Amino acid sequence: MTTTEVTAKPAGRADARGRTGLNRLRPRSNPWRHPWFLEGFTWLYLIWSLVPIVLAVLFSFNNGQSQSVWQGFSWRWYFADPVNSVLHNPNLHAAVVQTLRLSVYTTLIAVPLGVAFALGINRWRGYTSSSFNFVMIFSFVIPELIFGVAMFFVFTALFTSVHLGTLAETLGLVTWNLSWPAIIVQARLVTLGRQYEEAAADLGATQLQTMRRVLLPLLAPAIFASAVLVFSSVIDDFVIVDLLNSNVGNTPMSVYIYSQQHGGNGGPALNALGTIMLAMSFVVAGLGYLGYRWMTRGERVDRKAAIATIAGA
Amino acid sequence: MQRRGATPGRQQSREPHRLFWAALAAPGIIWLALLFIVPFYAILAIAAGQVNQVFGYPVAVWNPLHWSSANFAAAWQNVVGSSAFVGPIIVRTLVYVAAASLLSLVIAYPAAYFVARFAGRRKGLFLVLLIAPFWISYMMRMLAWIDLLQTGGYVNKTLTFLHLVSQPVNWLGGLGTTVVLGLVYGYIPYLILVLYAGLDRIDPALIEAGRDLGLGRARTFLRVTLPLSRQPILTGMLITVLPMLGDYFTNQLMSGATGTTMLGNVIDSQLITPGLQGQGAVFSVLFLLALIVPMIYYVVATNRSSREAA
Repeated sequence: MTTTEVTAKPAGRADARGRTGLNRLRPRSNPWRHPWFLEGFTWLYLIWSLVPIVLAVLFSFNNGQSQSVWQGFSWRWYFADPVNSVLHNPNLHAAVVQTLRLSVYTTLIAVPLGVAFALGINRWRGYTSSSFNFVMIFSFVIPELIFGVAMFFVFTALFTSVHLGTLAETLGLVTWNLSWPAIIVQARLVTLGRQYEEAAADLGATQLQTMRRVLLPLLAPAIFASAVLVFSSVIDDFVIVDLLNSNVGNTPMSVYIYSQQHGGNGGPALNALGTIMLAMSFVVAGLGYLGYRWMTRGERVDRKAAIATIAGA
Repeated sequence: MQRRGATPGRQQSREPHRLFWAALAAPGIIWLALLFIVPFYAILAIAAGQVNQVFGYPVAVWNPLHWSSANFAAAWQNVVGSSAFVGPIIVRTLVYVAAASLLSLVIAYPAAYFVARFAGRRKGLFLVLLIAPFWISYMMRMLAWIDLLQTGGYVNKTLTFLHLVSQPVNWLGGLGTTVVLGLVYGYIPYLILVLYAGLDRIDPALIEAGRDLGLGRARTFLRVTLPLSRQPILTGMLITVLPMLGDYFTNQLMSGATGTTMLGNVIDSQLITPGLQGQGAVFSVLFLLALIVPMIYYVVATNRSSREAA
């Protein structure tokens, strides 16, 4: 193979003829056959990536202290235990509430802010807009630890009226998640083009009317998808809230699991907390998927594209 | 666009529109300026600032003319000086991240390739399963492995049952391998998503053309698919390597031993130690400077691809 390739390289056509001749002598396996090896590999990957989670969820129902030995089914870590269950332990309880609170606050602030930013930046072409677009994308790739450190310092050394806690956490999370709506809405604006707005303007609509009647309805699926992403990434967020929380009352679930688990056996109550997080994310994802499908029902968006959009791909 | 040039009346009406869009962008711009740009200046001001001698809290110096290099000098001593402890940690961080990201790529690429090209009618199912970890909290996924890797956990049970080890292995007691596997497990969903999106965009006609011109499977892959997936591989690696470099929680959960400390742990622990916060700021600044080139590359590449889409 290599010798024919090397010698025949200058004369391309002779090369092709020579290879066809070779192929006739040496029958090749069907190049269109199903790649069973790859499929097996993919299944192995999926098992490796998902089975541990299933087991962790299972252990949240363990009737015992262990996170690794099955001792029967119970609800004790959710609500049956009067002291250590998520329902009755004030710290676990507070963690669930804090995660939900931060998700709601951040989504409510970051999405309108990001959408307006995307619209403005996209249409107002100038030095300021392009440099802030750069800053926004930069905030998307910067390592979260560095961003968290910057936030920690700005709240402890400059904006000292913002105490660490829910307010600092919310401000940090909004800044960190601003890029989701900004990027997604800009992408949608690019695919939409300007013809709808120009048509509206030609028909005599004012800028505000165009915005309300034409642009926002067309952007609705993108806005919705970005809200879903912001909400779920706040549930998942760890670094920012780890650096900006101040006491157990404003510690969300991810930080609570981390602080209790490292260095020892945190007990199945942590698995219960993790399972609640997982359930919250899946509910958001499911509603997000259904909502996105419903909003784009007039367009030909297939199921796969909807799944990918909701995951931010 | 062309009509605008032709009718001068329209040209005048552009100014209020410009104001309208600027007003829309303004809140976001102010927000980013106050809570993204200023905080980075705050890191600089603290890194180049002083330390209160009595209580040990950092004193930010906002005027660049009064900046001191004391913190930088102290930090530099910790990297290369005689009692340097950060130097080896930086090397370890690089080794862990290199191993974890290459392993992630080797696992993620075939899976993403299969789902993008061969999953056929089951593509939706595969896609949901691939994306599922993306929706599961990082901490929950780490917790799952902690459960499995405990001394009495299922991994040790399986290994002893198969007689692969005679005694249970203390996986969580400071093994570098565990930390690398933890990093792979933690960040691979993000990589796989980028790879899938990139591979899915490759026109199947190009691959068919390669086949029709007489290339075999392997050579079609090497000559057509692989060159076309260079961009997704680069972006995917960036999107996993950058957060891995700043990771401090994975190794805390997976080992917690000083033998597996990474750069992120140094910054994280200095941040809560009075007197060392200035050095934490210095390391953050240096870390950011080291990563500035790949980050700008990412921003430029994203900008270019979105302009091409337009």
